[in-house]
Amino acid sequence: MVRLSSPQQLEGLRKSIVERKDRSKPCIALCVGTGCLAYGCTDILTAFKNEVEKNRLQDKVDIRATGCPGFCERGALLTIYPQGIFYQRVKMEDVPEIISETILKGNIIERLLYTDPNTGERYTKEADVPFYKRQQRLLLDSNNKIDPTSIEDYLAIGGYAAFAKALSHMKPEQIIQEIKRSGLRGRGGGGFPTGAKWESTREAHGDIKYVICNCDEGDPGAYMDRSLMEGNPHSVLEGMIIGAYAIGANLGYVYIRHEYPMAVENVTIAIKQAEELGLLGEDILGSGFGFKVKVSRGGGAFVCGESTALMASLEGKVGEPRAKYIHTSEKGLYNRPSDLNNVETWANIPHIILKGADWFNKIGTKGSKGTKIFSLVGKVKNTGLVEVPMGMTLREIVYDIGGGILGGNKFKAVQTGGPSGGFIPESLLDLPVDFDELTRVGSMMGSGAMIVTDENTCMVDMAKYFVGFLQEEACGKCLPCREGLKRMLEILTDITRGDGRKEDIELLERIAATLKDASLCALGGTAANPVMTTIRYFRDEYEAHINERRCPAGVCKELITYSIIDEKCPGCGLCVEPCPTKAITFVAKKKPVILNQKLCIKCGTCCDICKMKAVGVK
Amino acid sequence: MINLTIDGRSLQAEEEKTILEVSRDNGIDIPTLCYNEDLEPYGACRLCLVEISRNNRSRLVTSCLYPVEEGLVVKTNSDRVLTNRKMLMELLLARCSGVKVIEDMARKMGVEKPSFRPQYLDHNECILCGLCVRACAEVVGTSALSLVNRGVNREVASPFLDTASDCIGCGSCVYICPTKCIKMEDSGDTRTIRNWKVNFKLKKCQKCGNYFAPEKQLEYIRTKLKLPEDFFDTCPNCK
Repeated sequence: MVRLSSPQQLEGLRKSIVERKDRSKPCIALCVGTGCLAYGCTDILTAFKNEVEKNRLQDKVDIRATGCPGFCERGALLTIYPQGIFYQRVKMEDVPEIISETILKGNIIERLLYTDPNTGERYTKEADVPFYKRQQRLLLDSNNKIDPTSIEDYLAIGGYAAFAKALSHMKPEQIIQEIKRSGLRGRGGGGFPTGAKWESTREAHGDIKYVICNCDEGDPGAYMDRSLMEGNPHSVLEGMIIGAYAIGANLGYVYIRHEYPMAVENVTIAIKQAEELGLLGEDILGSGFGFKVKVSRGGGAFVCGESTALMASLEGKVGEPRAKYIHTSEKGLYNRPSDLNNVETWANIPHIILKGADWFNKIGTKGSKGTKIFSLVGKVKNTGLVEVPMGMTLREIVYDIGGGILGGNKFKAVQTGGPSGGFIPESLLDLPVDFDELTRVGSMMGSGAMIVTDENTCMVDMAKYFVGFLQEEACGKCLPCREGLKRMLEILTDITRGDGRKEDIELLERIAATLKDASLCALGGTAANPVMTTIRYFRDEYEAHINERRCPAGVCKELITYSIIDEKCPGCGLCVEPCPTKAITFVAKKKPVILNQKLCIKCGTCCDICKMKAVGVK
Repeated sequence: MINLTIDGRSLQAEEEKTILEVSRDNGIDIPTLCYNEDLEPYGACRLCLVEISRNNRSRLVTSCLYPVEEGLVVKTNSDRVLTNRKMLMELLLARCSGVKVIEDMARKMGVEKPSFRPQYLDHNECILCGLCVRACAEVVGTSALSLVNRGVNREVASPFLDTASDCIGCGSCVYICPTKCIKMEDSGDTRTIRNWKVNFKLKKCQKCGNYFAPEKQLEYIRTKLKLPEDFFDTCPNCK
């Protein structure tokens, strides 16, 4: 490709790419994101290529390997353009039929369509599927419309137009004002106003300034940054280039955890392509502005997502946080002014610049503007990545998009914000989700992880799980976080084993208060949220464990017993063989099996196997 | 100069000084364990937390790290500070029961025994303040030690928990350790620091015949300061 030397040339190139594209030509867009990889999508992709060749359709059909459209639970995902036909759970053996029926004859293959488990209704188009219908996919929408390794694809959907606009029509100060006016807040967790951060980095003293993209996403179950970086790396880069231009930075870093190899690969390709086109490097589009981006891989420590720890890690030091009394916008990476934003924040920038702050402002709530991507996981029917306007209620997300609770069970709580987020109970399901509302109820936005739990979840056990995760991932530098989490885990373990003491709840609250008040960084400062909120909203469960040695949800092994409900047991004996300790004895057909309590190790296998619900837990 | 108030006293301080420095300059005591005025502040022990307020909003900050500002109002002994400090002492006491410095400090704050089972890390004396590591890196310039692992598994260690090959046996880590958990022994012509699995041959003074310092340390200093070859032939007492 020829290096571009003006915004006009960029527009010219875009025009020629769009003109070359035949919009009526069928295109098979298959997700090859990390989620669908697990469903064998690389083989499916090869099968499509072979099948197309076999039918001599190479010139008549495009095959596009795309990023993640979000409905990961239903992978492998396939969209057929121009109609927008949405196929899910696609397998190798479906490939010939898709070519012969849908591509050649235009027939819909019913079994590959999404069927709503609640209504039984089938949907042909992606946009009509309930999971997608209520979403507002500002950032994710392009993922299955482009090949992330093709800058042409990105240009075709209007890529880098925002940067061209910023470069030719806006002064750096104007760009910052626009971002400030948009009300964009950092999507990485704390929700700090992005424009203000840019402004203070711009105003900070020093010739050398950095912009950094944080793609060190470590929350269990959260993968929105990965999906954006894998699926649309140019959108993140474009945001960074605009930011660098506004701030006056000439060097940028993308910090990606090494567990994200595809994100590393795709952004590396994107950087190379942008360099070749003259969108990165010296004298970008003939403006005199120069900007380079380097990729740095993190070693996989959770704490390195914290901005100061991330910068230490980038410098090649041990990733440990430091106090932020002097902001990183003044003294960050190598003690120089640095602006760090996460992937999702950067990806929002081109949209705001192109469509304006007023347009962005109209989406969301008073204090939180725009959309937010959540990873909706746990006990909901539809799991995956959902992007919704700020202010949508938890109920809408869990029930309308998530399709409600799995297996007809009762909703219990939703945890937002990752491992140090809080649990929100049913009584607050109508809470509009934004930065401030979540904080108000003791949780947080954090990364945007959303874990739904049902009646079969023990809240003490959940708190124990997250405290366990955090105590392992804490860096260990400061005393309250290191020792406090250790002690909390010890107490929670005692409670789940039936060894809880009356004073334990108060002690947990005391440690939590110190963790919140006295920790060095935000990891320690928020680490007690799972404990604080479960005590706040589910205190009765703690009390049942401590006072009655009972686990109401039937989870904590030491406190429960399994028994056969004789009247429900048909004596089929299906549970006999799988029992690892041979605790179940077959008697005769139509006679209930016998469970020997002395041999039972409470693994729950029999309970999972029995379709008659004849194994009871108390 | 900057005007600020600490514990109700109006004080003046130089710019860029920390709350801890200004407090100590004015005879106001703030407990610390990971602070040493010759090293970069670290902020790990959290004992030096103080409460600051601005525009009716108060928060706790680390006084060893927080630079003073005009109009700052600081309380070093507010209820909030004391409650947190007590919990920190409880956590420390549970981590290393039987360490005199910690026990004394805790008693002074009214903490006799922690509310938790102290069986965790019995006989452990290291509080992970990192002073030894920082002294070795910042003052000695050898960086023979490091903090390794994370969370509760964190420890001070020599490379790969093996012989600390860069250690010069100067003993700075031993002198600076607040809990005296680094064990150094001089016996005959040998110095041993058990924690770092190192042995050093000591230099004999050509005048008095006493062994006075590890040869490796003297060589390190001699080369660094470009001293004559015979500079350390005699001990400091005989010079």
